[in-house]
Amino acid sequence: MTESAAPSSSEYIHHHLTNLVIGKGFWSFDIDTLVTSAVLGLIVFGFMASVARKATSGVPGRTQAAVEILLEMVQTQVRDTFHGESGIVGPLALTIFVWVFCLNAMDLLPVDLVSLLMSSVGVGHWKAVPTTDPNLTFAMSITVFFLILYYNFKIKKCGGFMREVFTVPFGAKLAPFNLLFRLIEDLAKPVSLALRLFGNMYAGEMVFILIALLPPYLQWVLGAPWAIFHILIITLQAFIFMILTIIYLSMAHESH
Amino acid sequence: MNINATLFGQAITFAILIWFTMKFVWPPVVAALDERSKRISEGLEAAERGRQDYAKAELRSQDALNEAKARASEIIALSEKQAQIIVQQAHDAAVIEANRVKAQAQAEVEQEVMRARDSLRDRVADLAVSGAEKILRREINVQAHADLLTAIQAEL
Repeated sequence: MTESAAPSSSEYIHHHLTNLVIGKGFWSFDIDTLVTSAVLGLIVFGFMASVARKATSGVPGRTQAAVEILLEMVQTQVRDTFHGESGIVGPLALTIFVWVFCLNAMDLLPVDLVSLLMSSVGVGHWKAVPTTDPNLTFAMSITVFFLILYYNFKIKKCGGFMREVFTVPFGAKLAPFNLLFRLIEDLAKPVSLALRLFGNMYAGEMVFILIALLPPYLQWVLGAPWAIFHILIITLQAFIFMILTIIYLSMAHESH
Repeated sequence: MNINATLFGQAITFAILIWFTMKFVWPPVVAALDERSKRISEGLEAAERGRQDYAKAELRSQDALNEAKARASEIIALSEKQAQIIVQQAHDAAVIEANRVKAQAQAEVEQEVMRARDSLRDRVADLAVSGAEKILRREINVQAHADLLTAIQAEL
């Protein structure tokens, strides 16, 4: 927190919560979010692919066993919840869990470390945790939303989907209300997915920043418990995002 | 919380990651897992089969052992019988041989006795004749009593 200009607390917090933005208005990009998430994705999924490529059906090494445990956990969740036949649900769930977990885990890095490193190479702002950027969480939830729409149309066909939209839950006579309910229900899915993850991570990051405002010799008193607790939160949030995606897609596959 | 075009960038990244996982991460690991579970179930099946085979083989070897034991005792009994027969035969042969030897010896002894008796008879006749000769030398003609002596000789 100590910089040459010695910023006030609010300046310090504001500094940590500002993205590195390029562009103006809507057509601007949060470079830190894009780069961090892409690099992390590249590292983690590249690693998993290299393990998968060498995967043996014989006795697995520890690395392979670790990836297998992860994959089997996801597979079990998918199998318990999702009863349709779709090749994408498993890989999608695994991608969400692993990616969100890794992005969340950036939260466990010391809050000043990344921005200090980046400012030392001349970059003013750098938000290290991409999931505290609603752009990322909404991008994921909207992608999931389109997948939900796609499978609704694919499985129930256009007619079946429309019938479901206009007749459930009140029957054909109250079609407008059914449509309204359906719109609310379906729009709530991506919004709640995105805001839940964003809110949790944003709040968690905020707590870390506030802890960083304490005197250095006191920071561990709150910082250590909160970091340990946060391990649970980042895993939980990744898991919730994954499991809700599976549930939404399984709902898209089944008629009401 | 400002929404901007990062949304599209992230969506693209996310889509690429999903595609990547679908193509390069998920299938090989799932294939390896399925293959392994297949091999494990095959292994368990083979073990079960081996166990059954072993039990069967044990049963068979027990049977073979019992049969061999039965055969062995049969052979022993047979050979004991055979030995008894052989001993009996040897005994019989020995008895026959002994009898034969005994009979032969007896016959020889009898012959010997006969011969001795003959030679004795001759000697007695000679002695009798020479004695009588000595007694009767003066008065009796040898020729005249030869008939009488021959008659005595025949009686011996």
